[in-house]
Amino acid sequence: MKLRKNVAVSEAGLLFNPVTGESYSINPIGVEILNLIRDEKNPAQISRVILDKYSTDQATFEKDYHDFISILEHHNLLESHEETKA
Amino acid sequence: MSKLRYERPVIMKLETGMPNKFGTRTEYQPMTHIDGVAVNSLIKEYGSPLFVISEQTIRNTIKKARRAFENRYPKVQFAWSYKTNYLNAVCSIFHQEGSWAEVVSGFEYDKAISLGVDGRKIIFNGPDKSEEDLTKAINNDSLIHIDHLDELYSITELTEKLNKRPRVAIRVNMDTGVYPMWDRFGFNYENGQAWDALNKIMQSGKMELVGLHSHIGTFMLSPFAYGIAAAKLAELALAVEAKFNHEIKYIDMGGGFASKNTLKGAFLPGSDTNPSFDDFAEAISSALINSNFKKDKLPLLILETGRALVDEAGYLLGSVISNKRSSTGRRNTILDIGVNILFTAFWYDHKITPAQSFTQYTEDTCLYGPLCMNIDVVRESTNLPLLNKGEHVVIHNVGAYNMTQWMQFITLRPNVVLIDPDEKPHLIRSKESLENMNGMEKVPSHLAKFNK
Amino acid sequence: MKKRKLNIAVTGLNAIDSPGPGVSVIRALREAASFDVGIIGLSYESLEPGIYMHDLVDRTYSIPYPSAGIDTLLSRIEYIHDKEKLDVIIPNFDAELYPFIKLEPKLKTMGIHMFLPTLHQFEERHKVNLNDFGKKYNISVPKSKVIYDLNTIHSLPSEFSFPMIVKGKFYDASIAYSIEQVKSYFNKISAKWGLPIIIQEFIHGTEFNVTGLGDGKGNTIGAVPMRKQYITDKGKAWGGITISDEKMLDMTRKFLKNTKWRGGFELELMKNKDGELYLLEINPRLPAWIYLAVGVGQNIPEALVNLAMGEKVLPFTTYDVGKMFIRYSWDMIVDRAKFEQISIYGEL
Repeated sequence: MKLRKNVAVSEAGLLFNPVTGESYSINPIGVEILNLIRDEKNPAQISRVILDKYSTDQATFEKDYHDFISILEHHNLLESHEETKA
Repeated sequence: MSKLRYERPVIMKLETGMPNKFGTRTEYQPMTHIDGVAVNSLIKEYGSPLFVISEQTIRNTIKKARRAFENRYPKVQFAWSYKTNYLNAVCSIFHQEGSWAEVVSGFEYDKAISLGVDGRKIIFNGPDKSEEDLTKAINNDSLIHIDHLDELYSITELTEKLNKRPRVAIRVNMDTGVYPMWDRFGFNYENGQAWDALNKIMQSGKMELVGLHSHIGTFMLSPFAYGIAAAKLAELALAVEAKFNHEIKYIDMGGGFASKNTLKGAFLPGSDTNPSFDDFAEAISSALINSNFKKDKLPLLILETGRALVDEAGYLLGSVISNKRSSTGRRNTILDIGVNILFTAFWYDHKITPAQSFTQYTEDTCLYGPLCMNIDVVRESTNLPLLNKGEHVVIHNVGAYNMTQWMQFITLRPNVVLIDPDEKPHLIRSKESLENMNGMEKVPSHLAKFNK
Repeated sequence: MKKRKLNIAVTGLNAIDSPGPGVSVIRALREAASFDVGIIGLSYESLEPGIYMHDLVDRTYSIPYPSAGIDTLLSRIEYIHDKEKLDVIIPNFDAELYPFIKLEPKLKTMGIHMFLPTLHQFEERHKVNLNDFGKKYNISVPKSKVIYDLNTIHSLPSEFSFPMIVKGKFYDASIAYSIEQVKSYFNKISAKWGLPIIIQEFIHGTEFNVTGLGDGKGNTIGAVPMRKQYITDKGKAWGGITISDEKMLDMTRKFLKNTKWRGGFELELMKNKDGELYLLEINPRLPAWIYLAVGVGQNIPEALVNLAMGEKVLPFTTYDVGKMFIRYSWDMIVDRAKFEQISIYGEL
């Protein structure tokens, strides 16, 4: 899974998609996850990083993570599934 | 090393009308404590959901209301509207604060008597008073507010049977410029019904006509309407005096004052716009004082305010069951609070605050209750901070009607806790159990057996 | 002598096709002879053009919608005041007047001045009350009736002749030519804006507007009448011309004298073919075309600020007749970062 090329994320949590012209606001944990995705970490690795740092359980995080990813997909911010499977 | 508070990741499109950080930062303050008691510990001890009533808030509110009227009018008496909240502990606070009881059924009447209220300080309203109810009320010398002619005739018959002279008033409905007009209760002013009923009572000589009563509506936002109603009642009272040389002892303006809740569809929050006790007191007192009553003959002013006295004192605590997303991508949060215990969710946008700290990030959220019913919606749309499963929320201004109109449906009704002025919680109504519910039922013997 | 400098916060920066008055008010204040200004924009949405007009607006802060409540608004203003030391706030939206009127005494203790109608004046001029208003102050208004119930419609033809106007409590108005149309508009409008519905006598004629300023004691500080020359499909003037009409000015002076109106206002008037004037609506704030008044010699926003600051203000006595305003739109080029800045941080 990859963020689309050209999608810029600022430290303050602003994301701009130059293809659509949309801007987004992301909370700090969301920025952290996007950076982990950008570093090509897989979901298991991402989950470990978050669970080490924050007080939550795996089931909750995994559900929220998938929800977050589905919203990224909904906004067309990820490379398509075919591309990511490769 | 302790871990950081978790918050689910969110991404939101920047839209032109979106509230910014500053707005949400000040709009929501977490409500971690109620009258000094931690929400978390209340839920731990008494379960979730949980109704919490602040005794101090009730006492402060009734004092404020009394001051508003007593500063403007010489003789004022409040009567606690039982139907608004008839938990015994709540009624007792009002009675300690000097309120009489205002009841609208035999059940409520018996409740007041069982609490030790003096029968002469019970006002009996409403269209449904059985012969048995009326007999009780007459024997206790309660104040009977007659709603219709059939009731007037029933009382007339009973006076002979009981050989008593009951103290009565009539309920009058009228056009006060507020619509829809509540003309289903009592006798109409404009078409002469009320005057006719008063003549019947005076002519019969079997009852003592002591008062006039009106109750012009509910959640009234216009104090002026009360001014009009008070002026019309004053006119009736003076007409009785002129014709029969009989003094009306009191004018009962009923209830209906709006609380600080926000009605659905209202643009501005109710806490900003809804009239204060001072506004209502000013309208009513000046109408009575400016009428033609002689200065030393002003009638007693009775108020049956319910909602505005108790709404703010009630909180409903609950917990997040789940966060999900609708097919359209909308955030849905399911609470363990359903409309079966939060009836008022049908007409208010209740203020809801998280019970723990949170960041400035929010999502537009639809809050659902736990019932398997499509109508179980607590708020259709509210911009809420990000709540995790198991975290708690506080719903504000739920003291009126919810603890009387609630229903046992799908699930059982929860505990109700009162926090006293020394910040000590007391359980004042236990949650229901399966035994309670089954205890009322009987299964005929031929239905007792089936293949297990 | 160096002029004193006032920091003035202004709302209504939405200079769009149905424009708010903010940008026009700011232009007027920038041209004030009696003071220099620092202009603080107050915005609700991040695409209000005024936010990005840095030659007019020094800094902008987002403020919460009135629906968030007075306390929320107050704490935001306290924050802005702390940074900008505001002297005056000029609210320009009808919808925000209620909270600002309620806050006026509190803001005054903080050293922030406003010059708004009283709550009583604000409520009394509401269109639901227009009939009583006309009676009380002896001003001709179209006959109107407030209705709550579809059943009462059938008695209307005995009181009104067709066509009649069916109006919503806040917005929307339609002209009905038959009882069936009244019914249909009643349903449509009440579904959107709730009850009551106002039935108003239809007056054939020409529409005029007067903007002005009352000092709260019954005196007219300024008054400029205008006829709309070009009206957009949203009913907004895109061009207008100042006129000289003593009757209109008389009605304006009478309105101010009788109500002791405090603050800026716009009257919507209708003149029928017999030359009779009717007051249709009172907007309790300055209009978007207020800069026309400045252009013809009455800087009403400047006078309003001086009144707010407690100065003595002499009334304007003349204005140029036959001057026009022609509105135009203008495309600004704005960096995305600025949009993000106001969207995320609420400050620019």
